[in-house]
Amino acid sequence: MKRAFFSLVRRDVALAVQIGGGGGMAVFFFFVTVTLMPLGIGPNLNLLGQIAPGLLWVALLLSSLLTLDRLFQADFEDGTLDVLSMGSLPLELAVVAKILSHWLTTGLPLVIAAPILGLLLNLEEHQFMPLVLAMLIGSPALSLMGAIGAALTVSVRRGGLLASLLVMPFYIPVLIFGVATASAGAMPGATAQATALLGAVTLVSIVVGPWASAAALRANLKA
Amino acid sequence: MNPMSSPTFTQRFHAFANPARFMGLSDRLIAPCAVVTALLISAGFWFALVNSPADYQQGESVRIMYVHVPSAWLGMMGYMVMAGASIVALVLRHPLADVAAKSAAPIGAAFCFLALVTGSLWGKPMWGTWWVWDARLTSMLILLFLYFGYIALWATIEEPQRAGRAAAILALVGSINVPIVHYSVVWWNTLHQPASVFRADGPTIAPEMLLPLMLMALGFTFFFVTLLMLRMRAEILRRRVRVLQLALGEV
Repeated sequence: MKRAFFSLVRRDVALAVQIGGGGGMAVFFFFVTVTLMPLGIGPNLNLLGQIAPGLLWVALLLSSLLTLDRLFQADFEDGTLDVLSMGSLPLELAVVAKILSHWLTTGLPLVIAAPILGLLLNLEEHQFMPLVLAMLIGSPALSLMGAIGAALTVSVRRGGLLASLLVMPFYIPVLIFGVATASAGAMPGATAQATALLGAVTLVSIVVGPWASAAALRANLKA
Repeated sequence: MNPMSSPTFTQRFHAFANPARFMGLSDRLIAPCAVVTALLISAGFWFALVNSPADYQQGESVRIMYVHVPSAWLGMMGYMVMAGASIVALVLRHPLADVAAKSAAPIGAAFCFLALVTGSLWGKPMWGTWWVWDARLTSMLILLFLYFGYIALWATIEEPQRAGRAAAILALVGSINVPIVHYSVVWWNTLHQPASVFRADGPTIAPEMLLPLMLMALGFTFFFVTLLMLRMRAEILRRRVRVLQLALGEV
């Protein structure tokens, strides 16, 4: 079972890296969105520095939404999911493997790109570490929750937009606690508190995400 | 105990699962429910608009509250009905639960929308602005988005069985997330603006204001039930038409 799990992760990562259009595109989208912000708001560095954590988180959310349809769509269309659902690996674990590889190929590159964008937005120096840490903790929740939306809309042609609409409300806690880690400098211990809450959100989505995604996939496969 | 004599819980439960029985029952119930709705709401309006005092602080605009608060309650109740029906649909495969969940969503969304609109109409003279990023307002808006997502999912997946299961899963995931979203918004708001002035709900509500509020809330609830039955009947008929069309090979 372990071998099946890891070979599935390896396969999905290899597919995402070789075919392209996955993580690379998301990072590029991340850059472009963040570049648009100063153009829209104005080049005032003080203002940009103040709102940089929020801008980076919103751009991160949007970029990770963009790649959701890649999660299950192709495997649903060519029948791979049917095979996976009948294999010895429970579908829930297969979903975990796919989510893990999705995070490795989109979430992680986005988190790595974030500090570079922070430089462009005049993010204050002491905020870099908390921001990256928070993004590392919070971004798995984005893949986990996003998987639910992707699984629900897997049978819908061009379901990417609908999936984004469905999961956007579920991303709100990640956004709130994520931004709070970087911007709550006033109260002592506020950063730690927000980071802990962000971790809690991720843990809850580890419980809910794979189970609900697998149920949604079964509903779509059966009919 | 003779198993034949008394029907078990599941058997009794499934007696109501018969859509034909529901059609018969709802046919008899809709008219009385509509009458009760009309009576309650007109009595409520009379007390709310004529026979209740204006607030010493808010003046006449306090009367918006009699529509606003019941709408907000029913907006939330609609989601609970939807989530409850979704559990029944997923676990017990009750054929009507699916229909009930689907039918409750637009009604709940409408009440939610009404609460937001009346709230902002009240907010303009009271707070001087149409919209405030207060915790309650924000979570109500997010609830409206959840409704929209749910309705959109039903609308996109053509086949009712598949759409029903997917929508039920979404409603359940939503119901797990609603408290998390709500408390994160509360937390976010307190972080930004401490001890908001907008939480001046007043200490306790005066009895002559409570009466119209309760009448309106009851009336709105009956309105909800009446609409729910109407929509469920329409949905059942729609499915019958669909089955007939499929049988005739028209789709």
